[in-house]
Amino acid sequence: MSDIDRSGTANRSTLLAGNAAADPRDRGGLRQPLLIANGLRKHFAVRGGLFGRTLAHVHAVDGVSFSIAKGETLGVVGESGCGKSTLARLLMRLIEPDAGELIFDGDAVSERTGLTLRELRKNVQMVFQDSAASLNPRMTVAESIAYGMRVHGATRVAATERAQALLEQVGLRAALFAGRYPHELSGGQKQRVNIARALALNPRLLILDESVSALDKSVEAQVLKLLRALKAGLNLTYLFISHDLHVVRYVSDRVAVMYLGEIVEIGPADDVYRNPGHPYTRALFGCQLDTDPRRRIADAPLAGDPPNPVDPPRGCRFHPRCPYAEAVCEARAPSPGEPHAWPLHAVACHMHDRASGHTRAGNPPAGTPQAFRVAGDENEAPRPQEILR
Amino acid sequence: MSAVHSPAAVPVASPPGYLHTIARRLQHDYLTLFFIAVLVLTVLAACCAPLLTHYDPFATGLLGRLKPPGWQGHLLGTDDLGRDMFTRLLYGARMSLVMGVMPVALALAIGGTLGLLAGFYGGAVNMAIMRTMDVFYAFPSVLLAVAISGMIGGGMTSGLTALTLVFIPSLCRIAETATAQVRALDFVEAAQATGASSLSVIVAHVLGNVLPAVFVFASSLISVSVLLAAGLSFLGLGVQPPTPDWGQMLAGLRQAIYLQPLVCALPGLAICIVSFSFNMVSDGLRHAMDIRA
Repeated sequence: MSDIDRSGTANRSTLLAGNAAADPRDRGGLRQPLLIANGLRKHFAVRGGLFGRTLAHVHAVDGVSFSIAKGETLGVVGESGCGKSTLARLLMRLIEPDAGELIFDGDAVSERTGLTLRELRKNVQMVFQDSAASLNPRMTVAESIAYGMRVHGATRVAATERAQALLEQVGLRAALFAGRYPHELSGGQKQRVNIARALALNPRLLILDESVSALDKSVEAQVLKLLRALKAGLNLTYLFISHDLHVVRYVSDRVAVMYLGEIVEIGPADDVYRNPGHPYTRALFGCQLDTDPRRRIADAPLAGDPPNPVDPPRGCRFHPRCPYAEAVCEARAPSPGEPHAWPLHAVACHMHDRASGHTRAGNPPAGTPQAFRVAGDENEAPRPQEILR
Repeated sequence: MSAVHSPAAVPVASPPGYLHTIARRLQHDYLTLFFIAVLVLTVLAACCAPLLTHYDPFATGLLGRLKPPGWQGHLLGTDDLGRDMFTRLLYGARMSLVMGVMPVALALAIGGTLGLLAGFYGGAVNMAIMRTMDVFYAFPSVLLAVAISGMIGGGMTSGLTALTLVFIPSLCRIAETATAQVRALDFVEAAQATGASSLSVIVAHVLGNVLPAVFVFASSLISVSVLLAAGLSFLGLGVQPPTPDWGQMLAGLRQAIYLQPLVCALPGLAICIVSFSFNMVSDGLRHAMDIRA
């Protein structure tokens, strides 16, 4: 674990970081990924009974490894409850991981020897989903933004001044908004304030946890545009968590797909979207609705609910719902191997491992997911009952 | 939008702080201001009692017992031992205000802090604090106060201690619930995400959102405290006669209610006015603290 500059990861990051400009805050060099997560794991105890005994564990995040190159946007998609938000909180260390390590720009996050939590949190900031709940109702907008700077030793005047500059930067007139309370703002304005607050400490990585999901489509587009402009202007790196597959494709350089606390597929966004490798990814993308009435979904691509994360299935966690599941899938989990040895587009599936023993090993289903079925002829108008099915 | 307004054009004026905002809002709440004035006058009257009356609160007069208001210069009449009621009410305000406010204030400080910690940290801390509170909850409050007073003896201090201990569990519970609610909101997590210490997060973000709820409840306890103190005095466990105390005066004059109802009702009226004022002021404060209203 001491070998930080892993050749495989580094090659990938140069490929993807590309035009990231030199940053004075940069320590590890351009080739060093901004953040490496290594085997992160968090199991929440389910307590109950008379004395709060631990009855079981929810496997919220179970051995997640990935890296984010400087200047890229890594999208994270998955169903509700797959551990996306837990992952975000683990990366900020808002919750303590049970296992695994974080390496930020070449420095391991550790109180004793490496980067302290305080330093990590200065460099990694987060924008939450609920724009209303993430602002203190009893603080003015300027106070909320200035709080973090005050914590890190700025004077009241300096912090207020910068808060106002930040408001302007996210497109809110400081003279108008600085003294307002959150309840006086619209959802989009609140989320802009949240972004301004996240930027206050001059972070390098911004975690956007469903940050635009709750906004109106038109406001969402504005905020996405703002995020794009900020990223270029401030040399930011994004971890973009969302369940909205279209938005993730629009903003991400790379995409990670999560299922039941694990990353099942990770790779360049276009690659993953055009040629999804994991059966789950294929099914997930098959759920996307198309604006073309002829390309409608005839059957639900995924049957059933995700299994209970308290008691995840043995072997490959997707095997109970997978159309290609075989004995080997139940017997053992597909091993993605060491993170540094991963290919650019990695898939945790036995079908992608020639030596796995799966009958389709080395010959996985390819192409656009089957769920994108053409339901009618081109000249035929769509029948309502088909839409309802 | 941002392109039009250059940052340089923005005046750097610190927005009004939270306390400022509350004060400004209170300025226009005349009802609350009126009851604040009532309380201030009561406190002033209690402090300046010797200047407002030339009677001795302990001087008895067997010839002038239970006289109506206005009798021979006695503004509000005399009690069952012929002592001047007005004087005794003034002096009694001292004890009653102390017995009403002090236990609640102390319990608010102790119980509120414990509840805040329990709600904020949760887990084992919560378990330890709240289960201890549950033990206190298990006893009826009057019985508990009597037991505590009985244990450490009579007198004002023991009454004060007993009442404080009685109020701690409920204030702790309210504070804990309110804190746990606030704790679950994202802005607390966002504050922690800046790298701030728990203390800073609690003071800056949690306290302001918890206090209003606790405040309202605490102010309603003041009247309860005055009455409980009276009950303790009546049982001989709180303030001892002849020290004037509204609750004790009420208890003492109880037997004379058919002879001189007006005079007997006076201490009760005083308790009523003060506790009602406290309720109104706390309501007004809560309203002013609720930025959204």
